[in-house]
Amino acid sequence: MPEPVLRVENLIKRYGDVEAVRGVSFSVREGEVFGLLGPNGAGKTSTIEILEGLRNADGGTAVVCGYDPGKQADALKHEIGAALQSTALPDKMRVMEALKLFASFYKRHRQPEELINRFGLEEKRNAFYSQLSGGQKQRLALAIALINDPKVVFLDEPTAGLDPQVRREIYDIIEELKRDKKTIVLTTHYIEEAERLCDRVAIIDHGKVISMGTPQELKQASGDKTRIEVRLTKPESDATLKNLEGVHDCRALNGAYVLHCQRPPQAIVALVKHLETQNNELVSLEIFTPSLEDVFIELTGRRLRD
Amino acid sequence: MTNLITLTGMRVRLALRNKMFFFFSIVMPFGFFFLWLGVFAKGIPAACAFYLGPVVAFNVMGSFWGLSATLVMFREQGILRRFHVAPVSAADMLGSSVIANFALTLPTVLAELLFASLVFHVHTLASLPGILILVAVGTISFGSLGLVIASVTNTMQETQILNQLLWLPLIFLSGATIPLAYLNTTVQRVGLFLPATYLVNALQQTIVYSASPWSRYVEIASLICWMLLTFFLSVQLFRWEPEAKIPRKAKLYVAATAIPFLLLGIVENRSDRVLREAKDAFISLSGAPRSSSSPGVKPGPPSTATNPKAKEVSDDRK
Repeated sequence: MPEPVLRVENLIKRYGDVEAVRGVSFSVREGEVFGLLGPNGAGKTSTIEILEGLRNADGGTAVVCGYDPGKQADALKHEIGAALQSTALPDKMRVMEALKLFASFYKRHRQPEELINRFGLEEKRNAFYSQLSGGQKQRLALAIALINDPKVVFLDEPTAGLDPQVRREIYDIIEELKRDKKTIVLTTHYIEEAERLCDRVAIIDHGKVISMGTPQELKQASGDKTRIEVRLTKPESDATLKNLEGVHDCRALNGAYVLHCQRPPQAIVALVKHLETQNNELVSLEIFTPSLEDVFIELTGRRLRD
Repeated sequence: MTNLITLTGMRVRLALRNKMFFFFSIVMPFGFFFLWLGVFAKGIPAACAFYLGPVVAFNVMGSFWGLSATLVMFREQGILRRFHVAPVSAADMLGSSVIANFALTLPTVLAELLFASLVFHVHTLASLPGILILVAVGTISFGSLGLVIASVTNTMQETQILNQLLWLPLIFLSGATIPLAYLNTTVQRVGLFLPATYLVNALQQTIVYSASPWSRYVEIASLICWMLLTFFLSVQLFRWEPEAKIPRKAKLYVAATAIPFLLLGIVENRSDRVLREAKDAFISLSGAPRSSSSPGVKPGPPSTATNPKAKEVSDDRK
């Protein structure tokens, strides 16, 4: 098994009285795509910024590419690439200029021309940053993150705020990087992103890793149960719904009842019969295949987006 | 060093693509140039020579305004954040800002000197080395003040308020807009605590009397001290992230930038050297001979200017 290229142990970060990161530990192997999945404010960005050498940790240890990000940030920055959340370039900077400028900062770098072609920015090479679409800006951010041929690439919410089509374009690019065996650490609150792109995922909430493994392992650990979300005309006790045949668990979330079922057909039949006896009616019923969202609900009692 | 050069090149290119830059760095300085020399000095060579120093100083001092606003905008838009993740230091980022600012200010100053020579017959070739040294030191030191302002303010609104609070005394109490000799004694005494007063006076003395750079060593040395202090402070207080708010206590560091000119102001208030020089230059408008001589200062050109206020000051002296 290859040596971890990144190792974090018991990482702690405080902002005044708020403890944003509370003892996070994980490691990432070379060539692996590792995801930090969690809701906004879970501590993902703080964790990743400590690993990039942008913030100092208040406790714990971190080693990235053999460097301590807190003490050797200057040397570390030559080995990593990053596409950060909410960054920009000056409006009047041209695409090619940006790549050449960032290339000049590193001891070793790739040819800007090669990255322009790879990220489909040929037609925009002389365009100003302000003239790019959201997707093109994000492609440029990824190209800049790779300009120094980094050993580890950090992608902080790489598709946040992008429309679904552009998001899929970015997924294709990250999958290509994955095929090239790039080590990638990405943060996301999109289930689809974590399931599609990550070899392993750490689910993070309130500054703590609450579960970690491959997406498949996490889903299996939570029983691989189908999620049925129903809305009813009258409120019901979730304890009653939980006792229905085929239902493993039931929680009331935002006006809906979320039922995790091992045998969905039996559960639906039992639910309909029960509602008839209670003179209650279904407003809507949706069935979801098992996902990391269910793992998160089971572990925290909340949705990822809450 | 490579980072400093490439970042400087980038800052120059970005400025040249900005329409606001053309307005504030070319249109406005030349507007002031023709207003002062053409209207206030009525094109009379000796009066034009007197006003050229303040006009150049005005241009040089404006550096701090643009630099602080640009840096705060870069921070608010997350642009600095992008550079932070690359191997770029705060000194690279800030150093490139002041060097680019100097590179962009210098052509305007040279054009002003050229126009002064061609249109208003104020020939500054002999005093060019002194002017260039003062412009370089002035641009970089006032630029560094802009960096400190950007470092201690959290939003663009705060930056503009602080800029305004500093800009008004700098231009009105230093002799940049109203000649120092024209101001009342109390205001003159207050003006001696401002860096702008020394820049204006040194440029005026260099242009009017072809003073050598060596004779202006007090102004040059004090501006260099101030430049080093403000640049050092700006690097220490620099923030890449908009979220990283500066503690109120750190804002007091800005007060430290006043120390060099606080000390110089005390000395100059006792010696009256600057006030005497400013008065002499003002009197030169009326054609009266220069009363005091400073080392390296040649007698001023005979003036054909007629300025009633200058005559008043001259009569007072007699």
